[in-house]
Amino acid sequence: MERIPILKMGEVLLVSIQVDMHDRLAMQLQDDLTERITAARARGVLIDISALDVVDSFIGRMLGNIAAMSRVLDAQTVVVGMRPAVAITLVELGLSLDGVRTALNVERGMELLTHNAEAIVSGRKHDAGFH
Amino acid sequence: MPRMSAMRLPDLIRTHEPRILSEWMALQLQSTSTRRDLMNDEDLRKQSKDFLAAFALAAESGGLEDVRASSWAPVRELLTRVYQIRARQGFTPSETATFVLSLKQPLFALLREEVSDPEALASETWAATLALDSLALFTMETYQRAREEVIARQQQEMLELSTPVVTLWDGVLALPLIGTLDSARTQVVMESLLQRIVETGSSIAILDITGVPTVDTLVAQHLLKTVAAARLMGADCIISGIRPQIAQTIVHLGVDLNSVVTKATLSGAFDVALKRLNLTVTRKSGNEAAQPTAPANAQPARER
Repeated sequence: MERIPILKMGEVLLVSIQVDMHDRLAMQLQDDLTERITAARARGVLIDISALDVVDSFIGRMLGNIAAMSRVLDAQTVVVGMRPAVAITLVELGLSLDGVRTALNVERGMELLTHNAEAIVSGRKHDAGFH
Repeated sequence: MPRMSAMRLPDLIRTHEPRILSEWMALQLQSTSTRRDLMNDEDLRKQSKDFLAAFALAAESGGLEDVRASSWAPVRELLTRVYQIRARQGFTPSETATFVLSLKQPLFALLREEVSDPEALASETWAATLALDSLALFTMETYQRAREEVIARQQQEMLELSTPVVTLWDGVLALPLIGTLDSARTQVVMESLLQRIVETGSSIAILDITGVPTVDTLVAQHLLKTVAAARLMGADCIISGIRPQIAQTIVHLGVDLNSVVTKATLSGAFDVALKRLNLTVTRKSGNEAAQPTAPANAQPARER
């Protein structure tokens, strides 16, 4: 059975979607990802969709779900590499993926995640010092 | 009887073609509407000769009654070509229509000489008038259509011209919007903005609406769509250039712009962009006194 690979890079999990998503694959990805987040104690999830020409409402919803699940498990989700045509389609469909963070490419997404992690860590340190 | 005599005109044109052509040419060259500044005599002669030949052929095979019939198709094609050229060269509509209408005079002169029976002459003249008039009307339509094509092309060009995406800084794009934002323009704006975001890898885009005359709920919706699409590409948008009246309109209409950073001026938005990129602008002559004056310099820009 085909699966979408999940790569671990430090505290970040990298998911690159390069095939057409269908129901079963999406469910499988959600299962695998939540498991890996807990197992690897990941702080961030990068979903690369630069290979997708078409994103429909189904994938849009799936991305939103994954982001929500990761948030519950205390990991930030960043969707990266969306193509201009895809972005326009999603906006026209009324799906602006409000709960999901976005970045131009994997590099930027990684920056965003590490920067955020630092901010959180320093924020905690600050808090700890204060009390 | 009138139908019989009406058939004489094609024959007459055929037999007297060189004479009609030279008379017609002389007439056209005399008249001011020929515009010899726009077109040389050789082209005019060629156009006239071609038209006369096609006219005689069509009249011979299909009669003069209906110039919309298929036998007149070559004539119509020829005229379309001639008038498209003339419309582009800048002829006025009446100058253009005169081309066909001026053929009447040599034709009628010929008919007067060759047809002796007054009854027949009248019906011949009438048939020729009808045919040439409807051809002239047809040319007007063609002329109009050629003009409309020009207008449509210009609109398209304006659409592209009026949506430039400029790079203000490495990683900061600006989109000075000028004119009303409708759905078609929003589409073009969005496409060019997203394309530039990919090309430049920018993370901040400033939408400047100084040149947008009115902002209603629809325009605001279009703006928010553009912002949402840019966000999906990982770029943050700042809307700037909101004039006082527009700020009032936005609030009165109940448009929610809370999800977007808005600034009164482009310089204000640029300031925000620089801050987000952790950049500062400092005076070059680096003595200590320069440091406090830098914010003071930014002040007049903000007041604008």
